[in-house]
Amino acid sequence: MSNNAQLADRKLVIGGFFGLIVLIYICRLFYIQIVDDKYMLAAQNNALRRMTEYPVRGFIFDRNGKLLVYNDPSYDLVVIPRETKGCDTASLCEVLQITKQEYLKRMKRACQAPNSPRKQSVFEKQMSAKTYAALQEKIYRFKGFFVEKRTVRKYPRPIAGHLLGYIAEVSKEKVAIDKYYHEGDYIGKSGIEKSYEEALRGKKGVQLVITDVHNKTIGRYAGGKYDTLAVPGQPLYCTIDMDLQEYGEKLMQGKKGAVVAIEPSTGEILALISSPGYDPNLLVGGKERARNFARLYLDSTLPLVNRALQGMYPPGSTFKLIDALIAQNDGVINRSTSFPCHRGYPPMGNKPKCHPHAPVDLVGSVAVSCNSYYSYVFREITDQKKYPHFIDGYNHWRDMVRTFGPGTHLGTDLPYDKPGNVPSVEYYNKVFGKNGWRSNTIVSLGIGQAELLLVPLQMANVIATIANQGFYYIPHCVKGIGNNRTTDKRFTEKHYVGVQKPEAYLNVIDGMQMCFDAGTAYYEKVPGVVACGKTGTAENPHGKSHAVFMAFAPRDKPKIVIACLIENAGFGGVWSAPVVSLMMEKYLTGKVTRKAEEEKIMAVDLIHGKNLLTTESH
Amino acid sequence: MRNNQDKILYGVDRVTVIVYVLLVVMGWLNIYAAVFNEEHQSIFDTSQKYGKQLIWISGAAIIAFSILVIDANFYTAFAYGFYGLFIIANILVIFLGREVKGSRSWFRFGDFGIQPAEFMKFATNLALAKFLSNQNIIVNQQFRLRFKDIIKNYKNTFIALFFVVTPLIIIKILQDETGLAIVFIAFIIVLYREGLSVNFLIFGILAAILFVVSLLVTQTSSLVLSLGIISFSSFLFIRRSRKNLITVTLIFLSAAGVVLTTNYVYNHLEPHQKVRIDVLLGRGTVDLKKEGYNVNQAKIAIGSGGFWGKGYLQGTQTKYDFVPEQDTDFIFCTVGEEWGFIGSTVVIFLELFLILRMIFLAERQRSDFSRIYGYGVAAVLFFHLAVNIGMTIGLMPVIGIPLPFFSYGGSSLWSFTILLFIFIKLDANRLLILR
Repeated sequence: MSNNAQLADRKLVIGGFFGLIVLIYICRLFYIQIVDDKYMLAAQNNALRRMTEYPVRGFIFDRNGKLLVYNDPSYDLVVIPRETKGCDTASLCEVLQITKQEYLKRMKRACQAPNSPRKQSVFEKQMSAKTYAALQEKIYRFKGFFVEKRTVRKYPRPIAGHLLGYIAEVSKEKVAIDKYYHEGDYIGKSGIEKSYEEALRGKKGVQLVITDVHNKTIGRYAGGKYDTLAVPGQPLYCTIDMDLQEYGEKLMQGKKGAVVAIEPSTGEILALISSPGYDPNLLVGGKERARNFARLYLDSTLPLVNRALQGMYPPGSTFKLIDALIAQNDGVINRSTSFPCHRGYPPMGNKPKCHPHAPVDLVGSVAVSCNSYYSYVFREITDQKKYPHFIDGYNHWRDMVRTFGPGTHLGTDLPYDKPGNVPSVEYYNKVFGKNGWRSNTIVSLGIGQAELLLVPLQMANVIATIANQGFYYIPHCVKGIGNNRTTDKRFTEKHYVGVQKPEAYLNVIDGMQMCFDAGTAYYEKVPGVVACGKTGTAENPHGKSHAVFMAFAPRDKPKIVIACLIENAGFGGVWSAPVVSLMMEKYLTGKVTRKAEEEKIMAVDLIHGKNLLTTESH
Repeated sequence: MRNNQDKILYGVDRVTVIVYVLLVVMGWLNIYAAVFNEEHQSIFDTSQKYGKQLIWISGAAIIAFSILVIDANFYTAFAYGFYGLFIIANILVIFLGREVKGSRSWFRFGDFGIQPAEFMKFATNLALAKFLSNQNIIVNQQFRLRFKDIIKNYKNTFIALFFVVTPLIIIKILQDETGLAIVFIAFIIVLYREGLSVNFLIFGILAAILFVVSLLVTQTSSLVLSLGIISFSSFLFIRRSRKNLITVTLIFLSAAGVVLTTNYVYNHLEPHQKVRIDVLLGRGTVDLKKEGYNVNQAKIAIGSGGFWGKGYLQGTQTKYDFVPEQDTDFIFCTVGEEWGFIGSTVVIFLELFLILRMIFLAERQRSDFSRIYGYGVAAVLFFHLAVNIGMTIGLMPVIGIPLPFFSYGGSSLWSFTILLFIFIKLDANRLLILR
């Protein structure tokens, strides 16, 4: 009945409408599939995940090839929460020695972002071998739980914690600036672990895997074509003598302070001790790490501070060596020069004080450590006529001192070293006012007091320079990386100091030898070795003076220099000199004959005042 | 004539059947790709959806064959019977059906389920064809404003609309299946072909445009004001008669009415429907992890296919479940990802070809019933195609309706098969009987 002819055109309208819609759709498809590539990228982000394969961290050996640091397998317990149905929770709690509440708490954490019930996350970090063994027996009953193998640092001997440093989870700040690291990665935080991080860490491997929408792994992407293998970290060869380090740490037991031993002909650090130390095994990770760290951090004796690099101490009388060298270099004194000493420095009312001794020449002044002598020497240097103004003389002295290292970063390969302090003209202008000070005002700088501060590493470097008669190598503690034993070029360059007159060094060294033969270290001779040393008793505002002693031996072709500083222990000859002397004997002869002295030193606890032998000092 | 009918395939349009088979097989292969997993590699594994789909396909073949065997008169004779039967089934399912995702629209038989709403499509098409082939909905008279005339002129139109709207309301309100219900709007195209006044269409389209505009424009009052200015400035171009004044005023009032009710309607939509509209129109902030997830992931899957696609079974987005419903309503994502622009175009053109073939066949019918039924098939298929693909590429709101012959699911495959093969049978008989 319909009027077909009249409506026949409508078929064209309908067909055209259908075609138009389809055309729009085709254009849209053309746009999103071909023109716009953002969907391609989004798809890759959706389904491809980079899985990291962690390399084994490099081992660390001492100078004789003995193992200092290696890796131990460690076991993390991981869980995929949604697969834990039917897990024997009660006996899992028993094995891990946790409460049901703790279990539920951890489970909740494993389910919440950024974790997910379908994703595996760590349930228990670094289980002890005992726990692991117990767990392994029953693992079939713990559905959804798996053990993942990782490694932790391990130290055969509990020594050199400060030197070796430790590794810990990388900070968020570091992750933000360094693309290599991702959250949860480990990184060297101090010591060698920090400075040689790049060599030790190796290279992470990457596996591209396809994941589904639940983040579950489906398989390798492109059959593993784009995957890379992890490259293990390189081994490090330290300059440290493990036995010397261990022996030194034993001697320093119960004392606050630092010992640095250097081989002067190479600048290699033989031992670097900061006392009190800690067992590096305490900071390898796991449940105990945080607890141990907190305990060490809060300890009033500051065991986490590396005093050898960060403890800034007045050098005391040991600094007189530098004055003697500079003065000879400037020609203001010679071997036979002598100055009056009235149990003190006469021009300033016999201050600084001195102890009774026979009149001395240059060599004798080193041996008996005359304070008056070096007050005069300091003024001879600063008040030279060739300088129009005293300030110029002072700056000359300061510049010369700084060439020996004090007041500068030596450039060693350990992190966080402090520069010490050689006060500037500006500083004194601020304290005394411009023109408000003269050489006499600051004359105690000449005997290593006042604002003068050195770190023990710098003290050792000064002695190494004297032993080398005019130059030093930057002290460093790694001499080879990997199999080709390469090291940084800067450690093989000689650094010449401001004083280059050989006779100046000979006079000082004569005095240092006399220090052992007839001077302040008379009782600490090293059997069978000609050693040269210098005592120091560093007055400081923190109580009793610090005991300082530095020495090198043997006199000809020196093999070792040692600087030792013990906080608040009084006269340098009494506590520091024996430590240095014993260590030298140990290193040079391989054994220690003076067992009684050794025992005495090891037994004394100066921190808790358990010593009965304290000598009031000068 | 009896002799000819001995051959079942006599007069059957082979082109249509071939395209149908092509689409069904391609659909099946894509379902396999969409839910593919390593554990169940056999495409015949009936524990998996592709295995089940094979069972549905076999069933569809039997159904198609049966339809061709049965006398064509059967469909015309029982047109209202089918309609009534399925109306009852659609009401009964609310009481007897199994609850799935909050709505009762499924009859369950073991592992398999049947949705009576799917079969309402061909039943409605039959009933509509039956009614319209006996009635006339053409409005020849001039537009009058007398109520009596409107009733008289549009009586048949309203009855036809009643055939369409009844299942729509039952399925939407009682079964809460928006996707299945909204399909019945497609029959407007049939009514248009049979003489529905263009006024209806214009009014409908304008209302739809206004609905969208008023959702996008936040200031309702200024929208109404500008509508008023536009309406009455039309007097600059038309004669200023009383009749035109009334017409324009009525148009303006209805437009303003649409605008003013938009927010009311929108606010009374279900939350997920609001969100889908928001996602489509880019209203407010769309969280791609939540409400915007489906469409975004669908676009990513299709967009990442590029020109040639990633290759069969190589798609990562669909296979690994990034795209939801990747085997049913979002099956086109698998096509887009694995077969690229080429494959997508081929599938869309095949579907379009089938639809245009329907129109071509419909127009060659001698019987009104067959022609109207043919247009119904074309309209229903096109509506599914446009909405289904439109939503995967972000041009339509997400409405859960399948891609004809492609999507996984027995009910939809069977209902499309019945819908199509009844027409093939009618077409095969076109030379024999003049109805």
